[in-house]
Amino acid sequence: MSAIGVDDIDRLIGVEQYEEEGGFPVEQGYVWTTCASVENGNPLFWDEQVAERVTGGPIAPPTMVSVWFRPHHWAPGRTTQGLPLQIHFDLKEGLGLPEAVMSDNTIVFHEPVRPGDRLVTRQILQSVSDEKTTKLGTGRFWVIDVVYRNQRGDLVAVESYTGFGYRRAGAPGGSEATS
Amino acid sequence: MTAATGDRLLLGDVAVGDELAPLSYPVTATTVVLGALAARDWRPMHHDKDFAVERNGTRDIFLNTPNQAAWFERFVTDWTGPYGRLQRMTFRMLGSIFPGDTMVFRGAVTGTGVDETGCGWVALDISVSVDGDAKTTCSARVALPVAADDNPWERGGERWKP
Repeated sequence: MSAIGVDDIDRLIGVEQYEEEGGFPVEQGYVWTTCASVENGNPLFWDEQVAERVTGGPIAPPTMVSVWFRPHHWAPGRTTQGLPLQIHFDLKEGLGLPEAVMSDNTIVFHEPVRPGDRLVTRQILQSVSDEKTTKLGTGRFWVIDVVYRNQRGDLVAVESYTGFGYRRAGAPGGSEATS
Repeated sequence: MTAATGDRLLLGDVAVGDELAPLSYPVTATTVVLGALAARDWRPMHHDKDFAVERNGTRDIFLNTPNQAAWFERFVTDWTGPYGRLQRMTFRMLGSIFPGDTMVFRGAVTGTGVDETGCGWVALDISVSVDGDAKTTCSARVALPVAADDNPWERGGERWKP
């Protein structure tokens, strides 16, 4: 974890950083909890015969891909937690931009994720804009990709986050600021 | 309006301009908390009203983003049936959804096609709104079978270009 200053940007664009393994295997119980939370009755997740016929066995809902990387709220012996999207925080620190919001994100889905899989992520800084002024303040936009692979090295998803780090110009930030 | 026949919506069943059947859902505190915990999102603004009001300046706890993604997925696959396979989704967050809100999902087909691998796809513009105000918008692309014996889930490697 190290701050990313203006002089570091060119060197880090496109470089895979912060390899992280999910702390636990993909589990069926969480699939059901998530489907229950949104009343998703897709038989792929509830009917073994349908899952076998359509997807060659059980899978997790594709949009759950980031769920497998949120650590337990507590774990024995743990004193600090890594931050998801660490590059975002490295940029805020290195560029001196105390506030930040995520404006949009895209998920592209590849190989299905299956119960028992162990996923690995890496973060890649894709771009950092010149300084811009918006109604929030003056700062920079950046795009960070999170690449997800399974234990066989198959690509399962790529998430792209667009963030805006800024210095406040008097207006409050968005409802889900990450700072 | 189009709907899957049997369990399989086919590409040929869909045309640009088709609308998905709207989904209306009354949000409660349980909806928000269950959704946050299902997404393993322990942040207090999704379960602690005092924190949400005092620290986030919102009127209540609010639906977290990963759970909204799960709602959008459900909305799309309610329409496609199990053979629909998501290719990509882009989300833009515009406002928060709180207990007491009735959220309404709407969607329309904006494009259809077959890619260079022979995979059929449909592009959708989707939104979730409260009292007519869009809170999150989503553009999605989902693969659909091009024929009754086609299954997008059997694609991988060079035959899957999402």
